[in-house]
Amino acid sequence: MGYNTQHHAFMEKSKIESNPKSLASLLAGNEAAVLERWRSSLFSENASRRSGIREADLKRQSGEFLTALRAALESDAGPNLQASAWDQTRGILSDISREQANQGASPSEVATFIFSLKESLFGLLQSEFADDPGRIAQEVWNASRILDRLGLLTTDMALKSREGTILRQQKEMLELSTPVVKLWGGILALPLIGTLDSERTQVVMENLLDEIVRTEAAIAIIDITGVPTVDTLVAQHLLKTVAAARLMGAECIISGIRPQIASTIVHLGVDLGGVSTKATLADAFAIALRRSGLSVCRAEASQKDSFGQ
Amino acid sequence: MGEFLLVTVQVDMHDRLAMSLQDDLTEKIVSSHARGVLIDISALDVVDSFIGRMLGNIASMSLVLDAETVVVGMRPAVAITLVELGLALPGIRTALSVERGMQMLRAGISAGQRAALKTGLDDSHS
Repeated sequence: MGYNTQHHAFMEKSKIESNPKSLASLLAGNEAAVLERWRSSLFSENASRRSGIREADLKRQSGEFLTALRAALESDAGPNLQASAWDQTRGILSDISREQANQGASPSEVATFIFSLKESLFGLLQSEFADDPGRIAQEVWNASRILDRLGLLTTDMALKSREGTILRQQKEMLELSTPVVKLWGGILALPLIGTLDSERTQVVMENLLDEIVRTEAAIAIIDITGVPTVDTLVAQHLLKTVAAARLMGAECIISGIRPQIASTIVHLGVDLGGVSTKATLADAFAIALRRSGLSVCRAEASQKDSFGQ
Repeated sequence: MGEFLLVTVQVDMHDRLAMSLQDDLTEKIVSSHARGVLIDISALDVVDSFIGRMLGNIASMSLVLDAETVVVGMRPAVAITLVELGLALPGIRTALSVERGMQMLRAGISAGQRAALKTGLDDSHS
């Protein structure tokens, strides 16, 4: 027979005799040996890594996985991983994925955790069906198909969990970097740090205006010392905030304008429309105090003496 | 409130109600010899150009009657909407609270701003 016909016959045979159950019963009788061999391969692979997983964890994860795998194979669900028979295995994989990712494993390293089981499993199949190469090929294909899918599943899971971490960190960063602080009675400051994007600026706007209402502060200083660049969109957002605050009855001062930002503003043709701007937060604070009818004066001479100065 | 009038705008003010508010207000300003009007809009969550214009009208009419207007209690969402709509409410003073508004009225609006408002009135008539 030509290759194509042989291949076709093989695939047909696989479909008809697709028999994870035989693999399951094989595993049942040889689970310890398979596990042992898998583990030693895992440990040696892990040792060569820059950031490895704790061996105790690998031991536990491999044991749990193999048990679940055998149970899933014993049911007749076949290689469809979405079937309910595979629920437990998927759950364990999800845990393993997460644990390993937390210890620094890359998605492919987590997948390799599954793929490395092949060596041990195929070794078992080879010794069991030594005198039936056709059978070996079939079983290897079946097992391979299942393990490949499981391995790829872990990749998806690892990626998802990383995405989740990124989203959470983004949210935390957003919250961290939009504080409104009180400098003095009736004077608020909004120190902005980092790059401003549309979403952040909007959150910032709302926070500031809410605080102005809550504290009845007549003056708000928006300090952009920590903002590396300002584009037209951000500049417009800031100006809208200032206009809104003015409508509400409060005045804004923008401070911390660095030379680069000043030239950007001029180049972009942004019209600051009469908003007070100051180079430093200190200058802005001084103006705010004056507008509030407050002044700072030196302490009494007698007090100075008591501090020995 | 002595020489001041306090107007509290409730939500969902439709056209006719707003018109009658304007009429009632002008009558009240005259009858009570009020020198100042405080319009409290802290109950308004949302504002449209109609209400914006209404506030502007009230301010202009009060000025004609020699009373000054201060709008107080504007919510951030309302302020943002007005900015987005491009309504700057020229000639209207605002304050964060009724107390501050009264302080402002007592201090009086500067002659310059009064003149600016009057010029605005002349322009709208021409």
